[in-house]
Amino acid sequence: MQTKRMTFSSRWLPYALLAPQVLITLVFFVWPASQALWQSMLREDPFGLRSTFVWFRNFERLFADPHYLAAMKTTAIFAVGTTFLAMGVSLLFAVMVNRMLRSREWYTTLLVWPYAVAPAIAGVLWWFMFNTSVGIVPYMLQGFGYDWNHRLDGTDAMILVVIAAAWKQISYNFLFFLAGLQSIPQSLIEAASIDGAGRMKRFWTIVFPLLSPTTFFLMVVNVVYAMFDTFGVIHATTEGGPARATNILVYKVFRDGFVGGNLGSSAAQSVILMAIVIVLTVIQFRWIERRVNY
Amino acid sequence: MARIVMDDLHKVYPGGVKAVTGISLDIADGEMIVLVGPSGCGKSTLLRMVAGLETITGGTLSIGDRVVNTLEPADRDIAMVFQNYALYPHMTVYNNLAYGLRNQGVAKPEIERRVQEAAAMLQIGDYLQRKPRALSGGQRQRVAMGRALVREPSAFLFDEPLSNLDAKLRVQMRVEIRQLQKRLGTTSLYVTHDQLEALTLADRLVVLNAGQIEQVGTPMELYQRPETLFVAGFIGSPAMNMIEMAYLRDRGAAPTTLPGGTDLVGMRPDDMLLTAPAAPHLSLNGRVVLLEPAGAESHIYVSLDGNDQPITVRIPGLPTMNEGDPIPLHVPLEALHPFNTASGRRVSA
Ligand SMILES: Nc1ncnc2c1ncn2[C@@H]1O[C@H](COP(=O)(O)OP(=O)(O)O)[C@@H](O)[C@H]1O
Ligand SMILES: [Mg+2]
Repeated sequence: MQTKRMTFSSRWLPYALLAPQVLITLVFFVWPASQALWQSMLREDPFGLRSTFVWFRNFERLFADPHYLAAMKTTAIFAVGTTFLAMGVSLLFAVMVNRMLRSREWYTTLLVWPYAVAPAIAGVLWWFMFNTSVGIVPYMLQGFGYDWNHRLDGTDAMILVVIAAAWKQISYNFLFFLAGLQSIPQSLIEAASIDGAGRMKRFWTIVFPLLSPTTFFLMVVNVVYAMFDTFGVIHATTEGGPARATNILVYKVFRDGFVGGNLGSSAAQSVILMAIVIVLTVIQFRWIERRVNY
Repeated sequence: MARIVMDDLHKVYPGGVKAVTGISLDIADGEMIVLVGPSGCGKSTLLRMVAGLETITGGTLSIGDRVVNTLEPADRDIAMVFQNYALYPHMTVYNNLAYGLRNQGVAKPEIERRVQEAAAMLQIGDYLQRKPRALSGGQRQRVAMGRALVREPSAFLFDEPLSNLDAKLRVQMRVEIRQLQKRLGTTSLYVTHDQLEALTLADRLVVLNAGQIEQVGTPMELYQRPETLFVAGFIGSPAMNMIEMAYLRDRGAAPTTLPGGTDLVGMRPDDMLLTAPAAPHLSLNGRVVLLEPAGAESHIYVSLDGNDQPITVRIPGLPTMNEGDPIPLHVPLEALHPFNTASGRRVSA
């Protein structure tokens, strides 16, 4: 490994250059994280007047709480569903756009737009489209004899939040998949077609395996997104309901802390989430270091 | 085994580039044809049209006794060796070789037999379980060849397969390709821009220029009797010297044996002799500009008296002479190549 060395004229310059980054990390990560850690070991009395130090009691309670365990399961279903949908659709789009010659840039631009829409606005959009009384989707589903009601039916609600969350992520995945596809040498595809592989066969035996580094990277990104970055979507569409059917972990943090006023439990939940993010990030970095599996 | 017939093939790319403009060629069963020409002349395009990787925008192409214009690559019964080898990076060498056979539905024991046979032929048996990235350039080249061999196709297509190898390996692989091709007797179409590769490999050589055939013939025919100025300049190294008829006339050296209409006379560097031969010849005088030893032979760059265009002389061994020395040159009349600049063609008597 080659090491890069820079020489600075002043020995304080490197510290000065790093300072803004360090400051931002301190203010927006280290400080709140340590606050959460501290709070996760406190319990407030019902009136929020006094708090007592309770060690890991908040965590113990959480893991004994069926609602919390249910929220974990909900989160898992939601994350897997969102990741599959977002990645499947964007891979399909990327493959189709990659096949185009002249209109490729057009489609790419259009497909990137959803990424620029604020989550809350997108949420409202979905709220309207799926609204049981005025929405277009329930109206159309009625035509097929399906009675859509995500306010009563937990499965409908889950489908709604999965679609809404996945939609947002498709642009991002699409760009990565498209770049991944374009980095596969055309001659490999040509060699495979001379070797007698049809279009589907080529995709599954050549293209898809060669995309695996991109796919893995996106999988981690999408899981992280679904678990931690979908608060806005849930809040604007189902608010975790009905009957907690879409109450994923991040949403529960908010509900328990700000609505329920149980700051200690909420903080403990944040700490658990933080641990999950750290694990996922480590896995991802490990993988990127090893790079491709071929 | 198959005959390949191209009848007035044309290729216009979607952007409007006319890459191939009317090529007709009849390739006999088992023949090794080399397509040679400068970069951008349409060699790869023509080869890829045969492979089915580019659509044919005009003319007919038959392989065996079938017209294959619109057939998929897989249905043409050809195998191709790519310039960058195009090995599947995520598969072992064994699977690279077996991939095409599996797609054809060949039975497992038969696949095993053919892969082992090809591996033995190409001496890659020891690497069958490796991935391509763990191979050297030469080994990759062999795997690429192996992938074509196992298919036992009716024709091989090669697109500059040796251009990524170093000089020594290139010569070695060139010999092996020729031996294999002769042994298997498979019709082959080989693209290269390297004229030495072309001369040594070809049964017949096809010189392409700007999407058209300049000349077709055995390597010797093309070397001894180039039909166009382009071929004369392209085949042979160092390139043929071109001297204007007007210059020869001024010097009183114009041979009377050349056909009328000749205004440019080609002379191969090896036909320019330092001592006068017994046969009828013409003589010129010049000065040595540079002496370039090249092992068994030497190249002398000469500036002819009253003409600044330098010409090249090739002689065996290393002569003793200095830059600026006067040098007499003698060229047998039968070694002269008469050309006409306006038509760009050889003038026949
Ligand atoms: N896909 C393509 N689209 C448009 N023009 C092309 C394409 N491929 C090649 N060409 C053009 O066709 C001509 C012949 O190219 P090519 O067959 O690759 O030449 P060679 O292999 O002899 O170097 C060139 O002018 C090249 O720019
Ligand atoms: Mg080429």
